[in-house]
Amino acid sequence: MSQPELRDEVEMLSLMLLIRRFEERASQQYQAQKIGGFCHLYIGQEAVVIGAIAATRHDDYLITAYRDHAHALGRGTSANACMAEMFGKATGCSRGLGGSMHYFDKANHMYGGHAIVGAHIPLAAGMAFASKYRGEDRVTLCFFGDGAINQGAFHEAFNLAALYKLPVIFICENNLYAMGTSVERSTSLKQIVDRAEGYEMPGFVADGMNFRDVRDKLTEVIDAIRKDPHPAFVEIRTYRYRGHSMSDPASYRTKEQLEKYRMDDPITRLRAQLTREGKLSNEQFDAMDKAAKETALASVKFAEESAELPLEELYNYTYVGADGATLARAMSTDAPPL
Amino acid sequence: MTMREITYRQALNEALAEELERDPNVFLMGEEVAQYNGAYKISQGLLDRFGPSRIIDTPISENGFAGMGIGAAMVGLRPIVEFMTFSFSLVAFDQVVNNAPNMLTMSGGQFNVPITFRGPNGPAHQIGATHMHATEPLYANFPGLKICTPATPRDAKGLLKTAIRDDNPVLVLEAELLYSSKGLVEPEGHELLIPLGQAEIKRQGSDVTIICYAQTVPMALAAAEALEEEEISAEVLDLRSIKPLDMEAILNSVAKTHRVVIAEQDRPYCGIGSELCYRIQKEIFDELDAPIARVAQEDVAMPYNERLEKAVLPSAAKIVTAVKKVCYA
Ligand SMILES: Cc1ncc(C[n+]2csc(CCOP(=O)(O)OP(=O)(O)O)c2C)c(N)n1
Ligand SMILES: [Mg+2]
Repeated sequence: MSQPELRDEVEMLSLMLLIRRFEERASQQYQAQKIGGFCHLYIGQEAVVIGAIAATRHDDYLITAYRDHAHALGRGTSANACMAEMFGKATGCSRGLGGSMHYFDKANHMYGGHAIVGAHIPLAAGMAFASKYRGEDRVTLCFFGDGAINQGAFHEAFNLAALYKLPVIFICENNLYAMGTSVERSTSLKQIVDRAEGYEMPGFVADGMNFRDVRDKLTEVIDAIRKDPHPAFVEIRTYRYRGHSMSDPASYRTKEQLEKYRMDDPITRLRAQLTREGKLSNEQFDAMDKAAKETALASVKFAEESAELPLEELYNYTYVGADGATLARAMSTDAPPL
Repeated sequence: MTMREITYRQALNEALAEELERDPNVFLMGEEVAQYNGAYKISQGLLDRFGPSRIIDTPISENGFAGMGIGAAMVGLRPIVEFMTFSFSLVAFDQVVNNAPNMLTMSGGQFNVPITFRGPNGPAHQIGATHMHATEPLYANFPGLKICTPATPRDAKGLLKTAIRDDNPVLVLEAELLYSSKGLVEPEGHELLIPLGQAEIKRQGSDVTIICYAQTVPMALAAAEALEEEEISAEVLDLRSIKPLDMEAILNSVAKTHRVVIAEQDRPYCGIGSELCYRIQKEIFDELDAPIARVAQEDVAMPYNERLEKAVLPSAAKIVTAVKKVCYA
């Protein structure tokens, strides 16, 4: 397969809208205590993942950290399956076993949703290794935050990927903060992209508030990787509008900083670009936005009405194989009747 | 002396502040401990009070900063390393189990490592398979480490202070779900030191001993209360320390009640209860009137779904069931 035609920008904008409206609903449902545990919103960063989706094929592998709703939605996981996962329902993309931080969707080549900072970066190297091993021209997209670049796993994976010339693109979503720690307080480098140098890896910077910049830079990098397998590192500069997770008031940032990025909103920007070029009317945009809101709202209803995994299935996901459940049950001491 | 009612969180905070005040070699390091005042606010106010050279924010580099702590301890400092949760200590497992406890042996006794690793440990609520590990059986398997698991504000304060003063590596495994719970503690300024390896009877009873620690302590107390209505008198023995283990307290209680339920927050297979069972039957097999029962997690990865999570975790209700089983009630 060769590089696909550039995906339609209006369609990409509608995906960005879907992500935003979906997460606004999720936030509301979290506050209503329909969603438990940790929930990290992506609002503000939509152009990063959608720019990447626009630059890649559906069969390229994608893996990310716990701020993962957008990555699944962008890949084509339904809003229903995404919302149901947060509700802990069996119709969720991980059957309600993973929750917000662990979205998986094999059919859409979405390999998680990983909640230990940095731990999934070596997995991306492994996935890229497998595609090279099999002689495929797939590229692996590995997303992580600015906080992950100081983990040993990051450094080890970078060296391995460079050493074995693995077709993987490491994408650092630099939203300036890891929880309450700014990049200046966590990292000795002036700019994150410079990490690439230490591994003889090509490094690039893209503007994460600008869909087209992300898409175009990644298209170029991915083109090169498909022709000749190698890793690359892209630092995408972006911003999360909300706190780190639902429980973080984000008092470590200034209102002015947040406002500055809001003025540069990725959805507003792409809309303006398309409108200016005569590719999108206001009516069309409104219709798209309305559809996104409806999809998000419908996903809540779907999630509410869905069933949970039956208790008897508790032991079904520990080992595969015909005797998997028996084995898991046997290892539980005095396993009580469920 | 009038006791005060404070939270478990505040008790830990006081222990840290008192030890930082007492010994200039003590410092605290970890993710978000300084400017953010701690992910769970245990270090609230400490940066303001002790300054950035002693309350140190780190990048997300557990393996790195755990190792740094050990190195600093080898040359005379007394680091307190906070893991945002002990689930993340697994990223630093090699440092905690290889470097910290082995140093004394490997150096022929030249280097001890007076470090405290602390942070929340064990089940929380709906945060899934990677974030809720009860790490005590893992660490308990390594000689050279000491491990305590406070369940009350008083124990939290007294054990943490003792841990910081110990000349060996000590793990203080805190219970996140108990951070906001309240209890009576001696007034500030009173030197509260609770020795490692000393269990405490949290409730007297005569029919059965419920051995518990950390999060299972309030469950055991609730179970004991429920059992009272059925005229079963349960003694609640809080281990407080996993290593060293207070065998004497255990044996005394078992010799009195003759029946044992072990309520543990970890998984059953090679869990803390496995070791307890062995030691109890070895020492006083003849005193047992029934096989020992255990209440632990199910041996599965933690599901996010709330109902399934509840099915996996120990609970007061499960303890009641187990007690009735050993009492043939
Ligand atoms: C090994 C590990 N340490 C700590 C944490 C707790 N934690 C979760 S997210 C996070 C911040 C990560 O920030 P960043 O990588 O910049 O991603 P962002 O949240 O900005 O998307 C921390 C410290 C964790 N999940 N795993
Ligand atoms: Mg970040």
